[in-house]
Amino acid sequence: MLSSIRPVLRAIGITVVPEAAQLDEQQWVALEEIVRGALTPRPRALQRQFILLVRAIQWLAVLRYGRRFTALDATRRERFLGQLQNAPVLFVRRGIWGLRTLLFMGYYGRAAGGRAIGYRADPRGWKARG
Amino acid sequence: MTTSLRYDVAIIGSGAGGGTVAQALIPLAQAGKRVVVLERGPRFTDSEFTGRELEMAPLLYADGGGFLSDDGTMTLAFARCYGGSTVVYTGTSLTAPERVIRAWGVPGLDHADLVTRSRRYLGENNVHLLPPDELNDNNRLFALGARQAGYAVEQFPVNVKGCQGSSLCNLGCPNQAKQGTNRVQLPAAERGGVEVVTRAEVLRIDPDRSLTVRVSGAAAGAIGLPSEWAPGDYRVAANVVICAAGTLGTNPLLLRSPLPLPRALGRGFTCHPALIIVALHPQPITNDVGHPKSFFVDRGAEEGFVLETCMYFPFTTAKALAGFGPLHSEVMRAYPRHQQILVLSTDRADDGNRIGVDRAGGPVVHYRFSPEVVRELVRGNRAAARICFAAGATHVHAPFADPPLIAARDAARVDELIDARHWKPGKQSIASAHLMGGCRMGGSAVDSVTDGWGRVHGLPWLRVADASLFPDALEINPYLTIMALADRVAEGVRADLARNATV
Repeated sequence: MLSSIRPVLRAIGITVVPEAAQLDEQQWVALEEIVRGALTPRPRALQRQFILLVRAIQWLAVLRYGRRFTALDATRRERFLGQLQNAPVLFVRRGIWGLRTLLFMGYYGRAAGGRAIGYRADPRGWKARG
Repeated sequence: MTTSLRYDVAIIGSGAGGGTVAQALIPLAQAGKRVVVLERGPRFTDSEFTGRELEMAPLLYADGGGFLSDDGTMTLAFARCYGGSTVVYTGTSLTAPERVIRAWGVPGLDHADLVTRSRRYLGENNVHLLPPDELNDNNRLFALGARQAGYAVEQFPVNVKGCQGSSLCNLGCPNQAKQGTNRVQLPAAERGGVEVVTRAEVLRIDPDRSLTVRVSGAAAGAIGLPSEWAPGDYRVAANVVICAAGTLGTNPLLLRSPLPLPRALGRGFTCHPALIIVALHPQPITNDVGHPKSFFVDRGAEEGFVLETCMYFPFTTAKALAGFGPLHSEVMRAYPRHQQILVLSTDRADDGNRIGVDRAGGPVVHYRFSPEVVRELVRGNRAAARICFAAGATHVHAPFADPPLIAARDAARVDELIDARHWKPGKQSIASAHLMGGCRMGGSAVDSVTDGWGRVHGLPWLRVADASLFPDALEINPYLTIMALADRVAEGVRADLARNATV
């Protein structure tokens, strides 16, 4: 499902979570697997909207900067997504919200993503803290 | 092939409402009546509660916890499993405020009765205050900051037994400490002769009092026990039907059933819309260990908001923060220094906010944020920020500020920086776990769906026993009040069956 949009999705992912730039191929695959797993049970129409939104980001950037999103530097990528996040149209805002939410799920939902920020919750509770 | 079965009482749902009714009908089961609970979700074994966010959320919550309102501006969390949402709440156990019940104005429902019934479940569920040495820094700082900022802070009584402080309540307690209906009322009901069937979805209720039920098999490799019945379609006839599937279970079920139901059905949905304030402290604090929700500030009557301590998992926290990019990452990297506060609006019932069904019969929530709800969230944002700064935070991340990160040097400017002008539906993360209304109690079918005993107007054999009954927001965590109301519903059923009335 994600193979056709992989480069753009990863560029957006690095904009949303800058630390994602440090992920190796295996870690990206794990992140994308989480995103795919979250989308799969959703209606087909929503899955299509997701793909469409990612593609639209790639090409809308041409209208704004004369370059595709993947060709922009980090500052322009962030600024561009920020503009979409504040768009006057609810449909666009919620699309960006959903996209970032899925990428957060992919990044922070991995055990490594939790460890990287110092998340230490353990079923043993206080006992695990010695 | 459809299997036909006959019961005296069918209870749909096994959460705070269904579990309570099931236990309260043990005398009927012991007297030879056939009582069945039909639960849509599976029954999990103790060892299956791992506490891992992305593993448990899809198993326990509808849409993995990502169920959205119709315009996509609010996430609604509700569980589907043996025990319903009592498996995933934090166990906070408050009795309904007198002023709220009085304002509901339901004929025959008085506050004293709810208090008496609530007291029974407070005892049964081992509700108590955690001792100070079991409280973590996240909670202590809330209490400290609230007092210093001039707010009256109260400690939540919680229904735990042997709490290890995993902080994983919202993913189902991995230590079985939380005394939800899955631990207390349902096992008691089963021992008392009530039958509980999991993975059993009720598709519709027909006027002849029969239920169309579909029992699913467990997918290969899936966790959770198989259903007690063989997978397939069933027609369950019952003398009495009790809907306790939760607000987003009961309302859609009734809406897709060919029954002559009052016009108010589905209307007056409220949900305590909520957002999270995250404060950064200069040093790590204990936050992801210990019970996550020990204190609250109730400003419902005065300012329309309630503040509660909370501590969410990495993904949920990331989702709750505003925006993305370097600033968002900076706040996430400070996770061990997080103090988190949940800000809830005590939104009022409005007929425009309602539950409908989609073409497949699934729930659709139509909800628009009124200007008053936005003002309540802004006031709550400001109060939470004051509390965090008073507790020593260096920064506060407030979704209603832009940019959202406020430094301590600007603490005096909180009222100016946190403002409704920054509110944009679909940009900020708003979530709800207190889903209420749609089958409101009242005097007649003109203005309500059920009477004060949960009996549907015009259909005395059909009852509701969950938060759908609330005519307006409860303004506190609802589960104990659901149990008290469900207890009334069960009493009505027992009385009707005892005198063999038309039920």
